[in-house]
Amino acid sequence: MATVQLSEAEKVYVLHGIRDDLRVDGRSCEDYRHMEIETDVVSNTDGSAKVTLGHTAVLVGVKAELGKPRPAAPEEGYLEFFVDCSANATPEFEGRGGEELGMELTNTLYRVFNNKRSVDLGSLCISPGEHCWLLYVDVLLLQCDGNLYDAISIAIKAALFNTKIPKVLISEGEEGGTEIELSDDPYDCVRLSVDNVPCIVTLCKVGHRHVVDATLQEKACTVASLIMAVTPAGTCTCTRKVGRGSLDPESIFEMTEAGKRVGKALHGPLMSLLLQEETLGKKRQKVGFLG
Amino acid sequence: MAVDMRLPTFRSDSRSNSLFDRKVNKDLVVPGDVITTDTGFMRGHGTYLDDDKLTASVAGEVERVDKLICVKPLKTRFNGEVGDVIVGRITEVQQKRWKVETNSRLDSVLLLSSVNLPGGELRRRSAEDELTMREYLQEGDLISAEVQSVYADGALLLHTRSLKYGKLGQGVLVQISPSLIKRQKTHFHNLPCGASIILGNNGFVWLYPTPGQQDEEAGGFYTSLEPVSLSDREVISRLRNCLLALSAHKVLLYDTSVLYCYEVSLSQQVKDILKPEVMEEIVMMTQQKLIEHEG
Repeated sequence: MATVQLSEAEKVYVLHGIRDDLRVDGRSCEDYRHMEIETDVVSNTDGSAKVTLGHTAVLVGVKAELGKPRPAAPEEGYLEFFVDCSANATPEFEGRGGEELGMELTNTLYRVFNNKRSVDLGSLCISPGEHCWLLYVDVLLLQCDGNLYDAISIAIKAALFNTKIPKVLISEGEEGGTEIELSDDPYDCVRLSVDNVPCIVTLCKVGHRHVVDATLQEKACTVASLIMAVTPAGTCTCTRKVGRGSLDPESIFEMTEAGKRVGKALHGPLMSLLLQEETLGKKRQKVGFLG
Repeated sequence: MAVDMRLPTFRSDSRSNSLFDRKVNKDLVVPGDVITTDTGFMRGHGTYLDDDKLTASVAGEVERVDKLICVKPLKTRFNGEVGDVIVGRITEVQQKRWKVETNSRLDSVLLLSSVNLPGGELRRRSAEDELTMREYLQEGDLISAEVQSVYADGALLLHTRSLKYGKLGQGVLVQISPSLIKRQKTHFHNLPCGASIILGNNGFVWLYPTPGQQDEEAGGFYTSLEPVSLSDREVISRLRNCLLALSAHKVLLYDTSVLYCYEVSLSQQVKDILKPEVMEEIVMMTQQKLIEHEG
């Protein structure tokens, strides 16, 4: 993980700042940094989104492919995740340096998103037990400045919202089996419902308080943090504790309450932004990576 | 709880057609730009010869000394010179020396013999001092220092043989491009807004609460861990965001520009300064103020 070194005195300064609810960049404990979201940035995917949060930048691409449903869930499609830690983000990721972090992120993403309560997996099924859509969700870290989980989850939600899956026609084949025919019209497609897709909120325990959207400097001062996936309804679907330190049950309760509140409030602006972007349609000038 | 989400916008190039730029007629080049076709010039740093045409290999400003043409890059690592004030972070404790990260190409060196140890200038450095080096400065600590000399390979030798240099206590480090720091007589400023600033030539800027009367006995190795007052914190956070705003818009940093930016930003909340449109507005007003006051 990209880390920074801080001196004792700097840590004390950050710690006292959080105690007084005034962080180094002027935010209070539950504020997010400025966030920019753009969808449909990669043309050869079915859905993509780029999110920048402070100096953290994440690109997510979703590619739909035909596959066979898993035997355990014959009436559902499924998602495959891959997180690529580009050495552009930090030189530490060079070679195999980013693999460990990538695996950790991937495993969390599976737990958070790959179930039918988060993503409408039933709509990905074409014919039960035989054909389904499987979505490859590829995450690319372009810059690391703390709070990767939150940025990735928001980017995934935006990319899933943007995903357009071609319509298919199922017909009886000559030898009794089913045949699948893809629609030729590129605009003839179905959208995935993202009503229940959760966003991840990372709460870092610093001193006696907790902060959301920690920068790298703040992360260097935390002993443990709690990762929570929260749906728009405010339901917490997954929690994980990361970091070496331990958390008091009482503070875990406080943090989950704060996490639910923050997570719930995250969805509103995100959805309105995505809808706003969509209404602009083709008129919107794409910024992409050079803007 | 506040979330600010938006669509990205193109960086506006309002600066290029504003009145500010017309005053500046410096030779700015990008890689591949032909500087001159005259063969009478000598090829300096940042240039190469392409079919007898002197061409820029980096983006920056053309500098001419007699027959020598160089291009001074805009984005670069720190190239130290003797006498530069730097802020750096200790990365390694070795025998008789510390290694210091100073944003230059190689780690800088701070020798045990070129620091002021507690107990006066004329103290001899004994073997015990070598063993307790980590008690003075350990990995991660920040120091302010001066460049004593430059080795042949470009590595810097630092010294802290003055009471104004030494270990840094509580405060905030801001890292910006070294080309944005204006060279001045002094890089230590007690700003009237209630905080102090060290503008390191290497692009590391240290913001800290203005210290009271200091204990000279400790030789600069004592750091107070007393909580900083909320008002001081607010000033420091505001200055930090102002520095980032100025550097994002490539404004030269020195005490006046930082102070003007601070004054202009007072109408905004500290956390709002980093929003793109607010940032642009503040920087524009700062530039206007600078032009007005410098005539």
